[in-house]
Amino acid sequence: MLEDISVSLRKGEIVSLLGVSGAGKTTLFNVISGLYTPEAGRVILNGEDVTGKPGRISYMLQKDLLLPYRTVVDNVALPLIIKGTPKQEARARAGELFARFGLEGTQKKYPHQLSGGMRQRAALLRTYLASDGVALLDEPFSALDTITKGAMHEWYLGIMDQIDLSTIFITHDMDEAVKLSDRIYILSGSPGRITDEIVVDAPRPRPHDFDLTPEFLAYKRRIAQSLIL
Amino acid sequence: MRKLQSITNKLAPVLAIAAVLLIWLSVTESKVMPAYMLPSPVDVCKALVSDFGTLMEHAAVTLTEAFAGLGIGILLSFVIATLMDRFNFLYKALYPLMVITQTIPTVAIAPLLVLWMGFDMAPKITLVVITTFFPITVSLLDGYRSADPDAIALLRSMGAGKFQIFRYIKFPSSIGHFFSGLRVSASYSVVGAVIAEWLGGFEGLGVYMTRVRKAYAFDKMFAVIIFIIVVSLLLMLLVSVIRKLSMPWERKGENKR
Repeated sequence: MLEDISVSLRKGEIVSLLGVSGAGKTTLFNVISGLYTPEAGRVILNGEDVTGKPGRISYMLQKDLLLPYRTVVDNVALPLIIKGTPKQEARARAGELFARFGLEGTQKKYPHQLSGGMRQRAALLRTYLASDGVALLDEPFSALDTITKGAMHEWYLGIMDQIDLSTIFITHDMDEAVKLSDRIYILSGSPGRITDEIVVDAPRPRPHDFDLTPEFLAYKRRIAQSLIL
Repeated sequence: MRKLQSITNKLAPVLAIAAVLLIWLSVTESKVMPAYMLPSPVDVCKALVSDFGTLMEHAAVTLTEAFAGLGIGILLSFVIATLMDRFNFLYKALYPLMVITQTIPTVAIAPLLVLWMGFDMAPKITLVVITTFFPITVSLLDGYRSADPDAIALLRSMGAGKFQIFRYIKFPSSIGHFFSGLRVSASYSVVGAVIAEWLGGFEGLGVYMTRVRKAYAFDKMFAVIIFIIVVSLLLMLLVSVIRKLSMPWERKGENKR
């Protein structure tokens, strides 16, 4: 599926993996998260080998996967409970972050009572609590409508400045990649390889109209060319 | 509009039951069927009222058997279904065996059970276990298998072990299925106990039923039948209530969807 892949992530960075469907992006995530053990290669987190060891790098899948039978706070606190934190303490720690993630007043609700954007924010908060500082996001906003998606991008960049989280993002949306990332890896071919790496040299926080600037278009053109090659 | 529809929805079954009663009444009143073969609903009601005390005494015995059997059935189902889900070879080995036990006619094994275990409650409870075990086990197995594989992957990525995946994903996913199986089993449990009582025993609705049948007191026999129907319906209602109480997430804000 994959061959000769080398991906690095620095503290606080947002890096995107961009590529057509079937290039092996999700397989790569399964390896990094420790769900699959690769035939060759290693995953290093802060100098420690975590290859095939789940529970260190958190993984947010496309669907929000909030469990319908648990309240929002119990969903969000689940990674802490799994790691052995007592229930009350886990709830309290998760609850402290609700306001920051724009989820005030939803703690005792059930997931189906939340809007799509709120569910995604709750899923992101759960991902954050599950991580040791690194999170993998597999097309987290792809199921949202365009307007909600735009608002979620703004919100996401805002929250990333407040919390200590480095992320790798899977997307096949060029706009999303340029808007959010510090660096973009282009993954293509079969078996999949990294064919290009693009540094988006625009400091965060980025202006609201960043996606309307000539700079932004230039990055998009660069990516489009890369994808065709 | 919606209110009107809900009235018609409730009206339809009431009318159907009323129609059946009316046909029954006209057949007996017009003497098309003689009263010693088919008692009139009025006589049945009278028998139900006059026998109510006796019926309740016998029901206490039957329900004790039904509940004991159902309880053991549930416990056994949980153990077997969980083991079958955990170990695939057990699933493959036991599933056909379970289906076969379901095809054995209850009436055929009941006398054997009496022969082996005597006239006390033991053979009756055993028969209830046999009839209730299968629907619950199958619904639990379906429930465990209905768990979202992505949700399991998510928990694995959090570092969850097999037991935690069972506790937080598989078990809760199976609750709805479990109650569907329990609803069926609850009514089976009463019928199972009654059938077992037919073949031997000293108390219970089945024993009483055999007694009044042998006395050709068909009004009393119909009264027992109706009594059993009501008890079964009440049990099913009880299961629905417990289901609602134990699945609060299905109630909250249902209208929002």
